[in-house]
Amino acid sequence: MALTRDDVLHVARLARIALSDDEVERFRAQLSGILDHFAALAAVDTDGVEPTAHPLPLANVMRDDVIEPSLPRDDVLANAPLAEDGYFRVRAVLE
Amino acid sequence: MSDLWKLTAHEAHEGLRRREFTSVELTESVLERVARVEPTINAYITLTAELALEQAREADAKLAAGTATPLTGIPVGVKDLIITKGVRTTAGSKMLENFIPPYDSHVYENLRRAGAVMIGKCNMDEFAMGSSTEHSAFGPTRNPWNPELVPGGSSGGSAAAVAAGECLVALGSDTGGSIRQPAALCGQVGLDPTYGRVSRYGIIAFGSSLDQVGPIGRDVEDVATMLDCIGGHDPRDSTTNPEPMPDLRHYLGRDIRGIRIGVPKEYFISGMEPGVAARIEEALALFESLGAVVDREVSLPSTEHALAVYYIIAPSEASANLARYDGVKYGFSDRSAPTMWENMEQTRAKGFGNEVKRRIMLGTYALSAGYYDAYYLKAQKVRTIISREFAEAFEKYDVLVTPTSPTVAFPLGAKVDDPFAMYLNDIYTLPASVAGLPAISVPCGFSDGLPVGMQIIGNFFDEGRILQVAHAFEQASGYRNLLAPMQ
Repeated sequence: MALTRDDVLHVARLARIALSDDEVERFRAQLSGILDHFAALAAVDTDGVEPTAHPLPLANVMRDDVIEPSLPRDDVLANAPLAEDGYFRVRAVLE
Repeated sequence: MSDLWKLTAHEAHEGLRRREFTSVELTESVLERVARVEPTINAYITLTAELALEQAREADAKLAAGTATPLTGIPVGVKDLIITKGVRTTAGSKMLENFIPPYDSHVYENLRRAGAVMIGKCNMDEFAMGSSTEHSAFGPTRNPWNPELVPGGSSGGSAAAVAAGECLVALGSDTGGSIRQPAALCGQVGLDPTYGRVSRYGIIAFGSSLDQVGPIGRDVEDVATMLDCIGGHDPRDSTTNPEPMPDLRHYLGRDIRGIRIGVPKEYFISGMEPGVAARIEEALALFESLGAVVDREVSLPSTEHALAVYYIIAPSEASANLARYDGVKYGFSDRSAPTMWENMEQTRAKGFGNEVKRRIMLGTYALSAGYYDAYYLKAQKVRTIISREFAEAFEKYDVLVTPTSPTVAFPLGAKVDDPFAMYLNDIYTLPASVAGLPAISVPCGFSDGLPVGMQIIGNFFDEGRILQVAHAFEQASGYRNLLAPMQ
């Protein structure tokens, strides 16, 4: 599966990672090679096989809707790159 | 008493219990060892010497009061993706270089409750992505058996720390082999528990349907003791098993006469080093001499697809889990660009290393419109087939035995620019991970002077059985407490 430069740029935009020109070419070659190795999966007969999203059967776990203590706001904001008046500070989302 | 760092955890426990030495003396011995070898090995990202001595004093008080457990006062290493309140936790990434967690993980809570002593946070491949611990933002860890070689990964710091005497036991995490492979390459015992045996609360997520915390130690009894401590139900992780934990040390010392051992032939592929194959053959002969029934004609035909299945599913889950690193809530942040989206793209470009970017891109591609069915959904279906083949095998066999890694430790830099060659290191550990099964790696000899690991895979929640088989082998072979021969 040979990826194009545009494929890589599209995926990088979806993943929100800025890439240099060198990285675009390096990832294009490396990801193409890796996907080539994975092509054999297409030949596996999976008709009628259910996908496994999880190794164990999962049941929904419920609890009473009781309010429990959460982390103090100051503790949560202590690792924030920028905080102001008890909030995370970000650049404008809407221009 | 200066060589206390050479003891296994259970030997140290006996010494502490008999008042032959104190936890402070034991901890000081380990810290002196760290000071001597750490400049070469780089097994730790953050050392917590003062905290360790404080915890050792608390442990001595518990020992004096008669309230000690088998881990009270024992120096441990903790992989740096396990959250520790007030102690920097980086996941080996620049992205979390200055992150101080505001809470403790479940497993660290349990270690603290048991009275263990934390020496530091162990080096690792960034976000647990790698097989050599070269993908760490804090420099590579080196193999104590030969510092020119890798220790394996991603828990290479944990395995190297145990092998070099920089702690007595350690916690690692395994997504596709990240406990077993470094344990093998460093000559230690590493156990990846059944998915759901150990709570992932407070573990920095990589592949959520695969990640599992587990122990690395110098012998089987030590890893059983560690798993006894950290395993069990946790209401904060709904995927943990609600059944009570069995007493795993109860399985140690039982003989293995009549145990049925299957040896899947698909694991003996071209590319495996002759020295590795020879040690596994010798181990199988030893099992037979102990009365086990060994069948070498087992077939798990979909084994060859496990690598592709893993390297589609794990990066897909990683691409979702690592979306949280946006430079807003915590971690590295680049604010040089004028817009929010550009800030986010620059934060992730500068905060993540190459392997992490590669896997996020791979996962994003596999989940993207037009490719979801061909890659992600297909991989999930083949995962079902792999699990079914294991289930059929466990109707006939108690455990499966394979090599842990096709090679012994390889030179630093040898595979770092060839991602697929690096991925092949995990070819024997991936199938059990994909199926969520428990598996242990134990040392089974040497090839060219370097340790070889043997993997024992068990059925779901059958850790007791694999510990029984591993312990019987260890006692008969004498391969235990293999400290690397460095000064």
